[in-house]
Amino acid sequence: MDGSLHEQGQRAAENAARTSYGRLLAYLARQWRDVAAAEDALAEAFSRALDIWPVQGVPANPDAWLMVAARNRLRDGVRASKTREKTMSSLLVLAPTESEETPAIADKRLELMFVCGHPAIDPAARTPLMLQTVLGLTAERIASSFLVSPDAMARRLSRAKARIKDTGIAFEVPEENELEERMGDVLEAIYAAYGQGWDSTGSDDRTRKGLTEEAIWLARVLVELRPADAEALGLLALMLFCESRSAARRVDGRYVPLADQDTALWTLSMAREAEDRLRVAGGLKQPGRFQLEAAIQSALVQSRLTGADLRLPIWTLHGLLAQKAPTIGNLVGLAAAAADVHGPEAGLRELAQLPEVLTMEYQPFWALKAQLLQQLGADPQGTATAFSRAIGLTEDGAVRAYLIGKSTQQTGSL
Amino acid sequence: MQYMLMFFENEAEIAAQRDHVERTGPYWDAWNAYVGALYGSGIVLKGDPLMPPATATTVRLEGGKRMVQDGPVAATKEQLGGYVVIDVPDLDAALSWAARCPAASHGAVEVRPVLHLPTQR
Repeated sequence: MDGSLHEQGQRAAENAARTSYGRLLAYLARQWRDVAAAEDALAEAFSRALDIWPVQGVPANPDAWLMVAARNRLRDGVRASKTREKTMSSLLVLAPTESEETPAIADKRLELMFVCGHPAIDPAARTPLMLQTVLGLTAERIASSFLVSPDAMARRLSRAKARIKDTGIAFEVPEENELEERMGDVLEAIYAAYGQGWDSTGSDDRTRKGLTEEAIWLARVLVELRPADAEALGLLALMLFCESRSAARRVDGRYVPLADQDTALWTLSMAREAEDRLRVAGGLKQPGRFQLEAAIQSALVQSRLTGADLRLPIWTLHGLLAQKAPTIGNLVGLAAAAADVHGPEAGLRELAQLPEVLTMEYQPFWALKAQLLQQLGADPQGTATAFSRAIGLTEDGAVRAYLIGKSTQQTGSL
Repeated sequence: MQYMLMFFENEAEIAAQRDHVERTGPYWDAWNAYVGALYGSGIVLKGDPLMPPATATTVRLEGGKRMVQDGPVAATKEQLGGYVVIDVPDLDAALSWAARCPAASHGAVEVRPVLHLPTQR
């Protein structure tokens, strides 16, 4: 009996940590206008819950309990220290009681996201800050995902929090006139988290798994808070489409490109949800870059599932996307789509227009160039050089092995 | 900023290097491509691959007495297989190059800033 009470308490505390962290932190940080202090207080409240709930039982309203505990802590004005010297009895005295007025915890996560994506915050800190404050991820975990030293990431995060405090960035949803731009920053930050996760899906190590799930979670929170924002829906749809194929991207540790993927390994429920979200977004009549990317994904899924030839519409969508957001990634994507429609020469012509300073270390550029040159078969030397560059720039062992296999195919056929 | 990237390889990689003296196969393809990309970006100041750890000899003076031992300093699972010194804008750039290294997939890459003594320029 005692054991189960203990387990219950532990589970309740862990559950609250997962589901309520962002909500509680957003509320506290907004009230105190100090993210770092709110984090410390909340961490203290959670650790106290882990001590007390297993002994006394789980309170009727765990969130309110945590909130009161954290608020008391903040009122004390004492920063929680990492060493916990408190004795059990003093913990019990300090703990909030059920009779204490339980505050209504308004959901201020959207305001918190806008703070994290604020133009006054270092762009390199925005995404990590969001992951830490809204989802409660540790600096170490975030650092590894972003390929940054944990020390440097911790410094970057505390600088950003100090800046929020010092500049008095408002915990508010921006006015209509700047809403669109600010929302764009928030969406970019979420997409960046997904990109970091996607790049590291090569890892078989579960603990080093990327941030894809967290990014989707953030987008779900955003869509829940702003259900009529078409681009937020578009971003969620885009990530769901990509995620629905994640199991098919690797088979026995080998990399499998989209065209060769076994569609039976796709998570179709996820793709269907993406399709639904994209349809809702389309109905809102606010076109945007993430909806375009999701539409491309939708077409790719459709053409693989039904065998329909959608190369032309996909190329058109890529053209619109490259117009709206001429990033190196989108321009290489446009070249690939052009090659699919008009042949490898057309793709190579598009690639040749890209400035060298951007393409030099951009792996997808070299991978596409190598494969297009290989299709043409006219320049074995150039093909080998491009393959070598692509392989040398690849981080993912499975992709590296795939490209090495591809590059030797050519040697074999000549 | 100058950084040394030290490539630590596991036993399987060390064996692959040893067993393919003709320098073909996936092990060498991956390394040749990586080194090619590194040099292609014009950031390498110097660098060398090393002969396998079994060829190492370690010397110590203990209480003035010479101690010579076959093999590397520490018989750990991952062994130094080579190094490069690169000149890049910051640690982030150095870490990106470390992550692309084949050794990062199987072993480890240690990244260290080069210490410049005042007399050097």
